[in-house]
Amino acid sequence: MSRTVITPPGRLNLPSWRELWAAREVMFRFAQRDIVLRYRQTVIGVAWVLIQPLVSAGIFSLIFGQVAKLPSDGVPYFIFAFVGMLGWNVFSGIAERAAPSLVANQALVSKVFFPRMLIPLAAGLSVLLDFLVALALLAFLLPGAGVTLGWQILLTPVWVLLVALLGSGVGLAASAIMVRYRDVGYALPWVLNVLLYASPVAYAVSAMPEQLRWFVTGNPMTWLLAELRWSLLGLDAPSAGQIVASVLVPLLVFLGGALVFQKMERGFADVI
Amino acid sequence: MVEPAPSAVSLRGVSKSYKIFHRANRPTTLSEAVVQRVRHPLMRNTFETFQALNDITLEIPWGEAVGIVGRNGAGKSTLLKLLTRITAPSSGRIELAGRIGSLLEVGTGFHGELTGRENVYLNGTLLGMRRKEIQRRFDEIVDFSGVEKFLDTQVKRYSSGMYVRLAFAVAAHLETEILAIDEVLAVGDAEFQRKSLAKMRDVARDGRTVLYVSHQVQTVTSLCTSAVFLDRGRLVFHGSVDDALARYRESFLDFTAEHVDSARRPGTGELRFVDAKAVDQVLEPTQDKVIEFAVAANRDMVGSYYVSCHVNDANGVVIAQCDSRLVGLWLDPSREQRASMTIKDLWLRPGRYTIDLFLCKTGVLDAWEGACSFEVLPSTPYPEITPDEAFTQGVVLADFSYERW
Repeated sequence: MSRTVITPPGRLNLPSWRELWAAREVMFRFAQRDIVLRYRQTVIGVAWVLIQPLVSAGIFSLIFGQVAKLPSDGVPYFIFAFVGMLGWNVFSGIAERAAPSLVANQALVSKVFFPRMLIPLAAGLSVLLDFLVALALLAFLLPGAGVTLGWQILLTPVWVLLVALLGSGVGLAASAIMVRYRDVGYALPWVLNVLLYASPVAYAVSAMPEQLRWFVTGNPMTWLLAELRWSLLGLDAPSAGQIVASVLVPLLVFLGGALVFQKMERGFADVI
Repeated sequence: MVEPAPSAVSLRGVSKSYKIFHRANRPTTLSEAVVQRVRHPLMRNTFETFQALNDITLEIPWGEAVGIVGRNGAGKSTLLKLLTRITAPSSGRIELAGRIGSLLEVGTGFHGELTGRENVYLNGTLLGMRRKEIQRRFDEIVDFSGVEKFLDTQVKRYSSGMYVRLAFAVAAHLETEILAIDEVLAVGDAEFQRKSLAKMRDVARDGRTVLYVSHQVQTVTSLCTSAVFLDRGRLVFHGSVDDALARYRESFLDFTAEHVDSARRPGTGELRFVDAKAVDQVLEPTQDKVIEFAVAANRDMVGSYYVSCHVNDANGVVIAQCDSRLVGLWLDPSREQRASMTIKDLWLRPGRYTIDLFLCKTGVLDAWEGACSFEVLPSTPYPEITPDEAFTQGVVLADFSYERW
């Protein structure tokens, strides 16, 4: 029989990974609920997952590719922007869905115990499902684009996981802060929108003027998008240093988000 | 070799305090918080500490059904929240020798858009059941709830009775070693309540431990094997149910004595009652109950205020709420007010009753619990003489008649 000891939380309390693992089923149920609810009472259901990145990539390729005539590193502009949107949607989707999740589930938070971190994490899980559906669509688009792929396609899950970690780190912190300060909910979509244009989602880094390039190359999303395009579109391989940084930064951001979350967690039931 | 746990639940010196921030300077948005920090970098938020639980030490052995009783605000619900880990203690140590399941509010975690079946799984998982456990007991749960026909209907289309029954059924089939319940047995119809109570008794009989918070003295008596009495955050008594309930009833009297001093009463204090009394301190069950009170004047106050009067029985149950708004009485604060309140045609059972008086405008200005009391004589208003069991069940006595057709 399990024995539980409850003591006041310390200053720096790391999440109990063992407890999170034990309660993983709760996370899957939450994710399942989110997914079921999203497509119940919709007419075209899952098609929404496909329409959104397709339309965004279409608009980007029209404006940046046709109107502004920006270069796209040798692949069709539409495919280039579509892969960018896939990666970006994982990041922003997770952050955006995780942030309001605690407040939306406040009845639960103040009535039942389970590791609270599972709520924002589960909210992110459904975004990964969207990604898989859109990825399947990409498989149909690629043969027509004349792209040759190598072994590096096998690394795709790693990059996606890193993007997800980055998004979850931001989402965890935002969801915890939002319990106390609701304005995070207004600010976050706006910040993400600014970040979208600060990341090479719709344009290539090579299209940036030399003197402004530092601005995008310092952005972790730039590295991760480059790695995704390397894996999925066969573009130039990123440098080793960039790969190391793109592994470390998301891990640190996730850990930081988890710490902020844990620090605020003890007050949730009392504040919400 | 680990020694077998002697008790199911053990608390050592557990306290819980809340910080109550003074509303005026508490920022509620991030921008406000930042602005305030920049303007007054050295200012600390002023707050009071409210000690909800104070140094509780308690051992609960296996197989006990423990009732937790106490006045409102005594810390009963806080205690359960600590045990179920919804909120963390401020100090002390709690040990639980098994999984704890909670039934804090029926239907928490139910989602209207999901079907009954989906909700059973979601809710069961939330309460700590494994998928296998739920699958194994699924039929039992559905059977207990009696909603099998509507399992694949979204619960938003359920009647409130069905909703509550399904929710309770899930919770009642929790297989955790310790079960914490907060006043949920009061749901559903009489038949369902009987079924629920029997279920709770079975849980304790299995050697598991039940913790039960309630205002309903009857259910504590019928369900619990021992009881804990809490008073203003302190554990005053732990022992037999009868003794704990006796202490609980006595606490109403102590409380009354303390609240005569108006400065110690809750409320904003803009206006205070200065006097209150029951015109007849001892009365027959059918007699009119008259309460007289006086309120001080406050010339600085704008607008009129109203009065509310609660009649409580010896168990702390509110029998009647007599709000002066209902009968159109509003009082002017610029002068001292004297008034009386009469309750007609309410037959009370023999026993002691206390009166709570409230002065309100938009918020509560003065809350005087136990302002006065009266005793109803042990006589029945009915024409026939019967053994006591004929009239001990209801909360009040009714003026009723039977007619044969």
